[in-house]
Amino acid sequence: MAMAIIWTGMVCISLLCAAATGRLEVLSAATLEGAQAAVELCISMAGVLCLWMGIMEVMRRAGLADKIAKLLRPALRRLFPDFAEDREVMGNIAANVSANLLGLGNAATPLGLEAARRMSKRSPGVAGDSLCMLVVCNTASIQLIPTTVAGVRMAAGCATPFDILPAVWLASAISVTVGICAAKICARVWRD
Amino acid sequence: MNLFFAMLVPLIITGVALYGMSRRVDVYNALITGATGGLEILYRIFPALVGLLTAVYMLRASGALDLAAVALGPVLDRLGLPSETVGLMLVRPISGSAALGAGAELISTYGPDSYIGRTAAVMLGSTETTFYTIAVYFGAAGIRRTRYAVPAALCADLAGFMAAAFAVRLFF
Repeated sequence: MAMAIIWTGMVCISLLCAAATGRLEVLSAATLEGAQAAVELCISMAGVLCLWMGIMEVMRRAGLADKIAKLLRPALRRLFPDFAEDREVMGNIAANVSANLLGLGNAATPLGLEAARRMSKRSPGVAGDSLCMLVVCNTASIQLIPTTVAGVRMAAGCATPFDILPAVWLASAISVTVGICAAKICARVWRD
Repeated sequence: MNLFFAMLVPLIITGVALYGMSRRVDVYNALITGATGGLEILYRIFPALVGLLTAVYMLRASGALDLAAVALGPVLDRLGLPSETVGLMLVRPISGSAALGAGAELISTYGPDSYIGRTAAVMLGSTETTFYTIAVYFGAAGIRRTRYAVPAALCADLAGFMAAAFAVRLFF
């Protein structure tokens, strides 16, 4: 329902705004342009998206995700001190984070949810500090190669769609760091 | 440095293929299976993109986005954020497809290599659909009291937006 309200809101605001500013004719043209743009966008980004999904699948089958997960484990034990001794939860979290790094969202979510379910058993109905940290880590994007975005840039006629990679890495790193710090600070000062 | 990023894609592809072969993975089969997954993603987001790009184009044509940019401009300026990206930032935490639509509109309007176009791309690449993710995780774990998860996650989003604009200014 949330999306229904947002979408209806967007359309209503557009109509009101166009009527108030006398742009009704432009609005009616834009309605059809938007739908057409969606078709063009999907077709022109299909190549890059499919290619990279293929590359990621090769990486996954070659065991790269497991390798990254192993490397991450020591750092993750510090982020989730309450569950550092729970091998199953830590294993799921490590696999979740490494799948997120490789952009394997479909593989990452079930692993993260499994960890979240086990974490919630200690305090049913209430999000503990570690669960909040897990959610914050998953709401920040840490994907190493932003495939879809590269596809969109390619669709707009960009010759080097991946030249934004260093900027994406820097911005992601800052965003995740701020999220983790915010969660750690809240864990100390939050009173419910 | 430019040569490195120009060569990055072919290098990754070759490297992954060789690494896969060395681990006795059927590289070609994996590539095709993965590419099918790419088509499934497109199949899933296409209907949403039709609906949301229509709404985004309408908002743009009606002048509503310009009004929002003017209204929020002073605040965004102070945070170092370009006011053209206001629509993208407003929908980013709520809907991935809406954000993709808003970002694609900015990238094609201003050009993929413009400051606005690059900032939009980096914003998309460095943030997530926060509310959706929170709903999925807390829904699955049966959490009713979310405590500080939402404010902490939104802090990360805001930092991501500001860092995206900063990183584009830094690198380009």
